[in-house]
Amino acid sequence: MRTGLTDTEIISRVLKGEQQVFAQLVERYQNYVFTLVFRMLESREDAEEVSQDIFVKAYRSLADFRGDSKFSTWLYTIVRTSCITFLRKKKLDTTSIDNEKTYIQVENRESGFKANLIEQKSRHAMVNEAIKMLSPDDAQVITLFYKGEQSLDEMGNILGLEPNTVKVKLHRARARLKEKMEKYFSHEVRELQRD
Amino acid sequence: MKYVNYSVINKLKDRTNNWQELYNNINEHRKNNFMNEMQSIEERLWDYIDGISGEREKSAVAKMIEKHLEWKNKYQELLEAHQLMQSAELEEPSMRFTKNVMEEIAKYQVAPATRSYINKKIIWGIGGFFIVMILGFLIYSFSQISFAGSTSPKLLTEYNSAMDKVNWNRFFSSTYTNIFMMVNVVLGLMMLDIYLTRKKQQHKEA
Repeated sequence: MRTGLTDTEIISRVLKGEQQVFAQLVERYQNYVFTLVFRMLESREDAEEVSQDIFVKAYRSLADFRGDSKFSTWLYTIVRTSCITFLRKKKLDTTSIDNEKTYIQVENRESGFKANLIEQKSRHAMVNEAIKMLSPDDAQVITLFYKGEQSLDEMGNILGLEPNTVKVKLHRARARLKEKMEKYFSHEVRELQRD
Repeated sequence: MKYVNYSVINKLKDRTNNWQELYNNINEHRKNNFMNEMQSIEERLWDYIDGISGEREKSAVAKMIEKHLEWKNKYQELLEAHQLMQSAELEEPSMRFTKNVMEEIAKYQVAPATRSYINKKIIWGIGGFFIVMILGFLIYSFSQISFAGSTSPKLLTEYNSAMDKVNWNRFFSSTYTNIFMMVNVVLGLMMLDIYLTRKKQQHKEA
């Protein structure tokens, strides 16, 4: 639950020169931004660096935020361009963000995380691990919809797609996630259901 | 669909004389039908769960869930998946994250809004300049054509012969002219794009 100042109030105070108030925006959106970046770059160190950079960029161009969309929507445009620029610069040997990871990668990840998962017996951990097995594109759509509280129209705007296309992408991403959970975590899902 | 229509059997029968192949085809057909049906049920249920289906569709889906076990089971399955996805937690950066960002932004100031330093008059001025240039180019081109005798009934023939006499190479052989034309085409396309985007926006708002 959010308490205190609204995003718009924080922004107008920052624009008036109260730089320290910006920390509230960082606190509010750091997990969201970090998750999106981490799911695109797949490296905690890189994600941390790029996320910091995103907030600095957001601060510097805060005057350009016109308030006709949610702050999170505007922030996501910076997230996306920053990640793409970073990946281009680094020329990482990764698969396209539209492609799903190979089975071997998934298997390796799954075996590593499964032990940890059983220990935690946590529903959140299981879903998070399953999301990590998805392609960055699928993970992105699910994160935006479930955690970014973005509507299909808003997602369409920020991804440059028609809402119907976003809907199809979301359906597919969810189907893939469900498939992963059934394939790798069926036992845990059953246990959680019993609990 | 549990039973395959006779029309489908006949259609498949026409294509083959081998009964084993026909049997396989029918099974394949059944499987495809079943998959399509399940996919459509899933899509409708997801829309229902997300709350994006219309009122009529909502009540229709609710009735289906109530009446059909297949729908009910699928709904339960998707609802569980939906709740699991909602329960997913966000990743957390390091403890020092906010501090690092605040230390970094202390070196900067908020940049002035882009709209404050882009003067629309300058943009319109540049646009106007190019329009004048295009018009000037066209006027000059047409002024080179001799329209003598244009009142005669053989207007079109004479016009064509006049156009044939124009030495087009004079206008289009120069590299600068080509570059100029290219720039104008690009600008024209940009203006068309702006116009269409605005139209689309207006349409959306309506």
